[in-house]
Amino acid sequence: MRDRTLWTAHLGAGGLILVFLGLHMAIMHLGLTGDGLGVPGDKAIDWASVALRAQSVFFAVTYVILVGATLYHGLYGLRNILLELNPGPALRKVIDVGLSVVGLALFAFGTWTALAAPGAATTVGG
Amino acid sequence: MASRAHPNRLGIRGWVGGGRWGFERYLYTLHRITGLGLLAYFLMHIFVTSTRVLGPASWKQAMDAVSGPLFAVGEYLVFAAFAFHAVNGVRLALIEHGFLIGPPIEPIYPYATSVGRQRPLAVAVMIVAGVIALWGGLDFLTLR
Repeated sequence: MRDRTLWTAHLGAGGLILVFLGLHMAIMHLGLTGDGLGVPGDKAIDWASVALRAQSVFFAVTYVILVGATLYHGLYGLRNILLELNPGPALRKVIDVGLSVVGLALFAFGTWTALAAPGAATTVGG
Repeated sequence: MASRAHPNRLGIRGWVGGGRWGFERYLYTLHRITGLGLLAYFLMHIFVTSTRVLGPASWKQAMDAVSGPLFAVGEYLVFAAFAFHAVNGVRLALIEHGFLIGPPIEPIYPYATSVGRQRPLAVAVMIVAGVIALWGGLDFLTLR
């Protein structure tokens, strides 16, 4: 039951990633595609562009969702791969706890980054 | 999932060499490899992009450190890996939930295998992944 719930969440997170990472790729990494969304592709990583996105609630929310979904999907996938190698009960526990701690710590860091970025975005830069 | 009844004796070696495995089995291997690659990139990406919190100078320094032709190629590989992993992941989810593989059939000779049902979907999603990767490649080349 527990594994089924975790697996369902894994698939759900995959769906979220498909939408939000697709959007992120289109805006940040595909210049011409990003132009179609109103973000100049070749300027996506310029500070002015970064600052504009950092002050947007939409981008902050989607960033947190993307970080959470990607960390869960990726680390749960890694857990499945490691468990297929038949670790003993003690090592399995280490894997479960270790990946959970790493995931939660990185999610906290990513969320803090999204929340702190608007303050930094007011700094003028080139 | 780990199992006491059927232990995975081959370990990681079992990913790459499987004798008469079909096309879908190698998609499974590629799905794992791209998944691990994307996870590694994502973990680094979190730290690199977090430099925006420190202001424009730190941001510029971080972006300068990850610029150049080598990183551009790496960035495109990440995009192509994402295209494959996403489209193949949709295929796996569809198959797992019984979509696009037809209803169960009676085992009557000559026996039909599920491969015949699943193969067109596998080929179709690889074409879609290829088109997305090519489209991305054109975008990358046009920009850089």
